[in-house]
Amino acid sequence: MEAAVLKGGFADAPVEAARAFRAAMQAMARPGTIHEVAGAEPPAPLSRAAGVLILTLCDPETGVHLAGAHDCAEVRDWITFHAGAPLVGAEACDFALGTWDALQPLDRFRIGTAQYPDRSATLIVEQPDLRAEGATLTGPGIRDTSRLSLPEVAAFRANSARFPLGWDAYFCAANRLAALPRSTQVEG
Amino acid sequence: MSDYNFAYLDEQTKRMIRRAILKGLAIPGYQVPFASREMPMPYGWGTGGVQVSAATLTPEDRLKVIDQGADDTTNAVSIRKFFERTAGVETTEDTASASVIQTRHRIPEAPLTEDQVLVYQVPIPEPLRFLEPSEIETRKMHALEDYGLMHVKLYEDIARHGQIATAYAYPVKVEGRYVMDPSPIPKFDNPKMSGMAAIQLFGAGREQRIYALPPYTQVVSLDFQDFPFEASKADAPCDLCGAEDSYLDEVIVDDAGGRMFVCSDTDYCRARRAAGHVGAQGKTEDAA
Repeated sequence: MEAAVLKGGFADAPVEAARAFRAAMQAMARPGTIHEVAGAEPPAPLSRAAGVLILTLCDPETGVHLAGAHDCAEVRDWITFHAGAPLVGAEACDFALGTWDALQPLDRFRIGTAQYPDRSATLIVEQPDLRAEGATLTGPGIRDTSRLSLPEVAAFRANSARFPLGWDAYFCAANRLAALPRSTQVEG
Repeated sequence: MSDYNFAYLDEQTKRMIRRAILKGLAIPGYQVPFASREMPMPYGWGTGGVQVSAATLTPEDRLKVIDQGADDTTNAVSIRKFFERTAGVETTEDTASASVIQTRHRIPEAPLTEDQVLVYQVPIPEPLRFLEPSEIETRKMHALEDYGLMHVKLYEDIARHGQIATAYAYPVKVEGRYVMDPSPIPKFDNPKMSGMAAIQLFGAGREQRIYALPPYTQVVSLDFQDFPFEASKADAPCDLCGAEDSYLDEVIVDDAGGRMFVCSDTDYCRARRAAGHVGAQGKTEDAA
């Protein structure tokens, strides 16, 4: 194992994870809002925000799926060392990590069951950038409307149409993140 | 600071709770199972709320804890001290300057803002539990949106008492989907839940459930067209501050039938009196 793999975790895990979670919680509670996070220095192609999410939410109890270019030795070793999360296939994962294209097809991911809609995957989507423009969002957590630069619209409309089932998504670009839960209505 | 990990719980426990909170926010009103831990206080004293607060707090937060609206009751004081000691966070009794508010059975009178998080202590999270004791059955009922039994219960209230007699833990429907127990807040507080700017999190420790309401979520109290929901309170002003719009506690003051009504929200009452508002018995009280 390379020494570089051992670096880039939280320096003060309880406090940095607490701050990161507050940002992640605000993002999930207010879809479309963009939040900055700090504390992780993960290896490329993992963004800093995605690294922070992994360190804050993943541990030996959560299966992580790496899609496309994210499924490389550096990222595998970094997640294994810092989070201890098992790396699993798309069908079994709690968190899936990759670019929007690499995560396709989306019907591989768990959407929960009628009695346990929480037994579903969370997608961590790497984006080149995040902007408060593009698709219009409405629903819980949004007072009037909100806007977010989503990779597409159709997949999110299909996902919200089967509420309360569905997956939830985080979008990460550099040190910024936003979220889109299954409860949000997306209009092109 | 102390020998405890920040905010008492170990990191793996906090991650597990945090994941449950995120699922709860993504599915408003749905009860997410979580592996509730034993806390250094008995069940029924807010172990669920304490675990949710512990997973939510950051060192920069300022915590307020209320018990039936009051900052100075045993439960509120001990939980505040618990987090002062284990998380080193600042605490306050002032609603407006708190960033996290843990509550037992009340919502503060002052409107909450987008910068605040309200954490409820919940004894029985399942609104259908007293109608159907089996968890397997109630889970199916939620999956099928089969809430007829709840309306039968409210109807029986009307048949027996001439009105919906449920006065607290009054069931609500969230975004037209899940029927949710708002915790034993008086039904006077129910309308405050709908469209609230703050995030609302609910923790039930013994029952091992977390649920949540994102900001600006539509929360409707169940009712009938001919018996609409009514947010009732004692028909009197506060005897200390004269407030007509706040939820009141009835206090027996002697053994000759004497009584007075005072704001249940002690911070609201204090702030009003500080601003010069005086109720019917307020002057003598202050002079004493």
